[in-house]
Amino acid sequence: MAHAHESNTKRIWVVFAILSVITTVEVALGIVKPDALFRAHFLSTSLLNWIFIILTIVKAYYIVWAFMHLEGETKGLRWSIVAPLVFLILYICFILLVEGDYVYEVYKTGQIKWNF
Amino acid sequence: MGATVTSHDEHALLDGGPGPLGATYGKMMMWFFIVSDALTFSGFLAAYGFSRFKFIENWPIADEVFTHFPFLHGVPAPMYYVALMTFILIFSSVTMVLAVDAGHQMKKGKVAFYMFLTIIGGFIFLGSQAWEWKNFIKGEYGAIETKGGSILQFVDKDGKRVALHEFAKVMPEDRVQLTRDKGFWFTGESALPSYSVNEVVEGFKAHPNVLVRSEQIVDKEKVVLSREESLERLASAVYVVEGANLIRNEYGHKLFADFFFFITGFHGFHVFTGVILNIIIFFNVILGTYEKRKSYEMVEKVGLYWHFVDLVWVFVFTFFYLV
Repeated sequence: MAHAHESNTKRIWVVFAILSVITTVEVALGIVKPDALFRAHFLSTSLLNWIFIILTIVKAYYIVWAFMHLEGETKGLRWSIVAPLVFLILYICFILLVEGDYVYEVYKTGQIKWNF
Repeated sequence: MGATVTSHDEHALLDGGPGPLGATYGKMMMWFFIVSDALTFSGFLAAYGFSRFKFIENWPIADEVFTHFPFLHGVPAPMYYVALMTFILIFSSVTMVLAVDAGHQMKKGKVAFYMFLTIIGGFIFLGSQAWEWKNFIKGEYGAIETKGGSILQFVDKDGKRVALHEFAKVMPEDRVQLTRDKGFWFTGESALPSYSVNEVVEGFKAHPNVLVRSEQIVDKEKVVLSREESLERLASAVYVVEGANLIRNEYGHKLFADFFFFITGFHGFHVFTGVILNIIIFFNVILGTYEKRKSYEMVEKVGLYWHFVDLVWVFVFTFFYLV
C-alpha cells in the first residue's frame, strides 16, 4: 500500500477536534433550543431538527472518510459502499416516514378513535 | 494503491490478492458486513421514525426523559450524560485509529498501548449504557395509565413534574401480588408499584395544586389539563406505572421504551462484540502474531468495525436524544 508508512497522526487529531466541536454544538443547541429554530417549520419538521441531521451527516462523513480511511481507498470501493447506502437509506426513510404521517392523518381525521 | 504496489505484502496475497477494488479479501468482507449492518440499523431507526410520525402528537420528549448525571441527584441535566457517552466513544475511535496508524509503522508497543486504551473506552461506554438503562427502567416520577392506554403524568401549577410519592395518599389497603399459581389461566405479574391506583387518585383529590399532564403535544409542549379535566381523565385510571419495561413505561407511548431498549440494546451488543474482538486482537498484538506476519491489517479490520459502532452511535444519539 502506497500510504503504508507515513503517519496520519495530525489528521486524526484534527478530525477529533472537528467531531468534538460538532457534538458540543449539537448538545448546546439541544439544551438551549432557540425558538427561532425550534419553532420554525421546514419540510415536516423543525429547522432545528434539520440542523441536527445535517451536522450528524457531517460527522458521519468525517468518521467514514478519515477514521475508516475511505479517502485512501479506490474510487470503485468508495462508490460501492456509499452509493447503495445513500440510495437505500433515503428510500426506506421516504416510504416509512410518509406512511407514518399518513397513518397519523387517518387516526386524526378518520372515524377511528384511539386516544382515550 | 493498485495491483503493482502490493507485491512486497505477502499477507495481502495470501488473503486473496489486491483485487479490482484495491482491497484485500478480509477488508472487503468487513466492508460487506458493515454495509449490511448499516442497513439493519437504518431499518431500526427508520421504524422508529415511522412510529414517531404515526404518533407525532403524543410522543415523549426525549430531553425530559434522560436528565440524569452521575453525582448530580435531582439536578436536571438533559443530554449531558449522552453527550459524555458520545465523547467517550469518539475518543475510543481516535485511539483505535491511532493504533491502526502505529500498525502501519510496525510499532508493536504503540499498537498495543492504543488498543488497550480503546478497550478501556469500550468498557466505559458499556458501563455508561448500563447506568442509563438502570435510570430508564427505574423511572423518576411515576405515572398513571388509563383504560385506553394513555399515560397521565402529574405536574404542579407551574408545570413542574411531581412524583407520585409527593402526593399519593397511603391508605390501609393491601394488594397481594398475583402469582402464577393463583392466577386465572396462569397469569402472574411482576413487582407491584409502590402505590395503588386508588391511593394515587385519592392523593390527587387531596392536593388541589396538582394537575394532570396529558401525552398530547400542542405547540411543542405537553398539554396540562385543568383540575376538572384531570379528575375526569383519572376516573379511567387502571395502572400505576413506575419506570419502564417492554409493556408500559411512565414516559409516554409504549413504543418509545420498546424502541429505546431494542435500538440502544442492539447497539450495546455491537459495542460488546467490538470490545471482545479488540481484546482478541490486543492479545495477538502482544504475542507478536502480526509482527511475524509483517502486517497489522487485522488491527485495521477490527478498527473498521469499531469505527462503525461509533458511527451508529452518532446516529442513535441524533435520532433518539436530539431530534
